[in-house]
Amino acid sequence: MSSEMYEHMRSNPKFQKLVARRGRFAWTLAFIVLAMFYGFVLVVAFKPALLGRPIMPGSMVTIGVAVELFMFIFFWVLTAVYVIRANGEFDALTQDLIKDAWKENK
Amino acid sequence: MRRLTHICSILGLLATSAMAYAGPALDGIQQKQPTNWHAIIMFLLFVALTMGITYWAAGRTKSTSDFYTAGGGITGFQNGLAIAGDYMSAATLLGLSAMVYGQGYDGYIYMLAFFAGWPIILFLMAERLRNLGRFTFSDITAYRLEQGSVRTMAAISSLTVVCFYLLAQMVGAGQLIKLLFGLEYKIAIFSVGILMMIYVIFGGMVATTWVQIIKACMLLIGGTLVAILAMSRFGFSYSNVVEQATAVHKLGPKLMYPGSLLADPVTAISLGLGLMFGTAGLPHILMRFFTVTNAKEARKSVLYASGFVSYFFNVIFLLGLTGIIIVGQNASFFEGGNIGGKLIGGGNMVAMHLAKAVGGNLLLGFLAAVAFATILAVVSGLALAGASAISHDLYARVIMKGKASETTEIKVSRIAVICLGFIAIVLGILFEKQNIAFMVGLAFGVAAAANFPVLILSMYWKGLTTRGALWGGYGGLFSAVIFVVLSKSVWVDVIGKKAALFPYGQPAIFAMPIAFLLAFIFSKLDGSDRAKAEIEAFEDQYVRAQTGFGASTSTKH
Repeated sequence: MSSEMYEHMRSNPKFQKLVARRGRFAWTLAFIVLAMFYGFVLVVAFKPALLGRPIMPGSMVTIGVAVELFMFIFFWVLTAVYVIRANGEFDALTQDLIKDAWKENK
Repeated sequence: MRRLTHICSILGLLATSAMAYAGPALDGIQQKQPTNWHAIIMFLLFVALTMGITYWAAGRTKSTSDFYTAGGGITGFQNGLAIAGDYMSAATLLGLSAMVYGQGYDGYIYMLAFFAGWPIILFLMAERLRNLGRFTFSDITAYRLEQGSVRTMAAISSLTVVCFYLLAQMVGAGQLIKLLFGLEYKIAIFSVGILMMIYVIFGGMVATTWVQIIKACMLLIGGTLVAILAMSRFGFSYSNVVEQATAVHKLGPKLMYPGSLLADPVTAISLGLGLMFGTAGLPHILMRFFTVTNAKEARKSVLYASGFVSYFFNVIFLLGLTGIIIVGQNASFFEGGNIGGKLIGGGNMVAMHLAKAVGGNLLLGFLAAVAFATILAVVSGLALAGASAISHDLYARVIMKGKASETTEIKVSRIAVICLGFIAIVLGILFEKQNIAFMVGLAFGVAAAANFPVLILSMYWKGLTTRGALWGGYGGLFSAVIFVVLSKSVWVDVIGKKAALFPYGQPAIFAMPIAFLLAFIFSKLDGSDRAKAEIEAFEDQYVRAQTGFGASTSTKH
């Protein structure tokens, strides 16, 4: 039964839409995090002195600390953005899809 | 017996090295301190509360699903706190604050590496984990592959991770408790081991989850309180703190520069990879995704967990920085009153001394109780993950081929907890005088190189076959272990050779590609009928992973 249901869902254009949209969204966000984090790691590895400079002359806040604090907050904001869209739009689409498959199955 | 002690001394030798992922080890042999009654009373309150919860949970733990995953009935918020609790061990609080105290900015970089794995887990793994898995992450890797061999492989690497992590926690616990509570090392080890067994055996995942939640709250409150009190001395100004800290620290202005810990690029990148993907391969963390009702709650869990972790790391950064001034300039915290000498109780006591300096014995007692509770909660989570690998994967699926009754499976699980508990106690006592830091590193290395590649490929790559999964899994496991053994931390510091055969301390950058490559090559070379069927079965798995249709649902209570 399950396998038939999966077949129904797979052939439903909504499934392709869900997978494409969510996939694109998730990978975009993942790419942003990976690029920022490993970009930062590369700076640590190759240009460490840059991170120790103050953000403006006379300030005690260094570029490294400011950038990291920003990433701590920004990455968390990205998780919130993903959760809101996935739990709303994508889950609604999924429920729709399952409903369609049940109908077809009858 | 002589032979046993011989083997143990070799194992002990293996352990005397320092490769710290989760912060420096609770190193050195600690002096026993006078009995700390504030700490003991507060800790006993914690034990009484959690025992009450365990009694309540025991009544609700009837099926295997109750035992392994609390019946799937934990909410996203509760699970988020519990994950944060699982993730923030005593080594996090003590080790990372000590790292900031000693190395400044390097400690903050470590913390970002510890944190950055969480968004990735959410975007790429959380909902698929929940949609495909039931009790252990091997449920996912073995979903369309050969049950017996793939589960055995996943269980072996899970148990490797769990055992090293557990041992590191036990030895750390003994040292810490001896120091903070003034209890004998052996008594400390026994009490941690026995309390852990009681929680897990009687209360299963329900009790373990609540222990995690309570401990996470205590840790967040305790850390925040110390940070607020400490910052109040500087008018809550970060600039004041940094100005004074750089003025008194031996690194001077270099305090806020990336320093010696990440001196060479390969180590820096490898550390980033190991911490990020190791997190995504820790069995006790992955298991937590099966305790929630559905993918929606699984996503929320990560949102809350990463929020707490991110917040707390920043608190720890402040603890370390203020510690440089408040603890580092106070002669009463140094042995012989010698400022800049050895801190009383060892380098990891910065957070504890800071608590005493800003809040007196009461706050010190509270933070000590938090540290003890933290260890207890983390070892409970680990024991449950280890027990489920033994009872669910090895016993029920591999040995009994899915024909074991729920009652016997739970019984096997409980026996497994007792065995793991005793192994932890015995090894904990034998390893008392050893530096066990490299074990946490090894645990993360194996998690990143053995668990993570096979898990992610099984979810994303259609072409993965049983043969590829086995080569990838075992290849990652062995290469991670071999690289660590040949690195300076074991080869030079432990075995006593002159030069390390593997020049880097962090195995991930090499071991992970090996695992992926082996999995890819051997899947491609696998032309068997079984492989064809496995590749075909991906289609249905893919729909379930995407929609959650057919995923195990929560049991009603």
